[in-house]
Amino acid sequence: MSDFPLHATADAALQAAPATKARGYWATVGRRIMRDKVSVACALVLLLIFLSAVLAPWLGLEDPYKGSMVRRLRHIGTAGYPLGTDELGRDMLARLIYGGRLSLVIGILPVILAFCIGTSLGIIAGYVGGKLNTAIMRTVDVFYAFPSVLLAIAISGALGAGILNSIVSLTVVFVPQITRVAESVTTGVRNMDFVEAARASGAGPFTIMRVHILGNVLGAIFVYATSLISVSMILAAGLSFLGLGTKPPEPEWGLMLNTLRTAIYVNPWVAALPGAMIFAVSICFNLLSDGLRSAMDIRN
Amino acid sequence: MLTYIARRIVYVVPIVISVALVCFLLVHITPGDPLVAVLPADASQELAAQLRAAYGFDRPLPVQFGLWLLRALHGDLGNSIATGRPVLAEVMRAVGNTVTLAIAAAIIGFTMGILLGLIAGYFRETWIDKVATSFAIAGVSVPHYWLGMLLVIIFSVQLNWLPAVGAGPGGSNSWAWDWAHLKYLVLPAITTSVIPMGIVTRTVRALTGDILSQDFVEALRAKGLHERGVFRHVVKNAAPTALAVMGLQLGYMLGGSILIETVFSWPGSGFLLNSAIFQRDLPLLQGTILILALFFVFLNLLVDIAQAAIDPRIKRG
Repeated sequence: MSDFPLHATADAALQAAPATKARGYWATVGRRIMRDKVSVACALVLLLIFLSAVLAPWLGLEDPYKGSMVRRLRHIGTAGYPLGTDELGRDMLARLIYGGRLSLVIGILPVILAFCIGTSLGIIAGYVGGKLNTAIMRTVDVFYAFPSVLLAIAISGALGAGILNSIVSLTVVFVPQITRVAESVTTGVRNMDFVEAARASGAGPFTIMRVHILGNVLGAIFVYATSLISVSMILAAGLSFLGLGTKPPEPEWGLMLNTLRTAIYVNPWVAALPGAMIFAVSICFNLLSDGLRSAMDIRN
Repeated sequence: MLTYIARRIVYVVPIVISVALVCFLLVHITPGDPLVAVLPADASQELAAQLRAAYGFDRPLPVQFGLWLLRALHGDLGNSIATGRPVLAEVMRAVGNTVTLAIAAAIIGFTMGILLGLIAGYFRETWIDKVATSFAIAGVSVPHYWLGMLLVIIFSVQLNWLPAVGAGPGGSNSWAWDWAHLKYLVLPAITTSVIPMGIVTRTVRALTGDILSQDFVEALRAKGLHERGVFRHVVKNAAPTALAVMGLQLGYMLGGSILIETVFSWPGSGFLLNSAIFQRDLPLLQGTILILALFFVFLNLLVDIAQAAIDPRIKRG
């Protein structure tokens, strides 16, 4: 009879156990980020801009391409044109919302591409090591010898204007940066016991990289990549601003800022609007990336 | 220390050669004929071949690279296609104006950044910290070419206090440090300074916070050291990293000035690059990028050496 209470304690402990362990790493990160007011606000702003860009044709907006010489450069708040009209009399509200489509694509796509390429290169360099590591990382060093703005403009300038060329040049700018981060986190993981154990139980290098390394380094690389989106948005719009990206009459924030530059003496605040959009997207991604970083830092 | 410097310099050689290779190849990834800008559309095959031979474009690529590198080492980067003048002279003249702009921006940006960073680091998690950090995030998130436009709208168009474009009386060749010229520098310099301001603020804030939370600071305070003494320790510990970050930022300002120089028509290297791109002036494009990249490489070298010189913790074995 004396061991009965002991059993009871053990049972209680067993029943209590699942309740305390339930949440995984990403669920914890998700909960922490939902509690961060700044991150949630930024995510909502970004969601609004994304959705309006995607749903633009169904929002009942004016035609963003249709201009009129008689209603050029109307002020903000003009009846029928809540955000005024541009230098060719096109509705600014429609152009800003439609402009989100191209602007977001040319700003975010390079980071996604560079994330895929850079992560692969970095993991291979970090895991395989030796001569391959030297070859990849020394090549990366060469691109680090250029300031990123200069590199992007040099490649775009050489390739010529165009959306595709601007995406290519920005991808080339970000691949080395992501490769460096991926390589350094992979080197930190490659000698850990669980990698050794996987190798001992017969896993090949590709299985180890895909299953055992990737899962452990992806988080850090992802956070780093999100912090690049803000720079990428500014640079992509900057290339269009210089005339190296999108071509008229396509609505795109950087290009709109450029073509409206001549209007700053007539209607300065309408001319400044496209830049405000770039700023909003860029600062939201920056704050969201900061929030994600501190949410993933479980030590705090 | 000397061996460290020697090793670091030796390490720069392959980087310089690879940078030159990238600049050289830039011309060859250009779609179409590199001579398209000089060759009239109705030129005969013969004339095209003649010109190609004159520029050396008929030789194999590695030979072309070798010859180009050899001439570059002697300071000959060819002649601009648009103006016919030597590329090196054109670039160096423009770089002078960019250096003026970068130094002015560095003085503003670094001073603001260090001050904001120290204040934020000392008053961590208070409202003062939040204000300083917001400034920093806004600084790194703002599209600086747009900020330049806003400043022009406010201070040139609306208030008419400062000139909107150019580099003052006498154009690009006659810079002087007097008010007649300086008033042209104010807006571009403020615009250039916001990114370094933001990044230096973040760095200094993080460094100050980390150092203040270390045990040795506690020990210093426990021994009764006054706050000024503690502050001296903070500065000494933060200086090497902060210096490295500022050096890198100075390099970015020199190399990444094209957008701001375009907004303000500032006659610097970025402005030159812009016109080289749109006139398809490939020797000028190649030369400008090479010079700017070399500036950046040597600035990095200087920063590394300076950092090793003032930070005894860096291994020099």
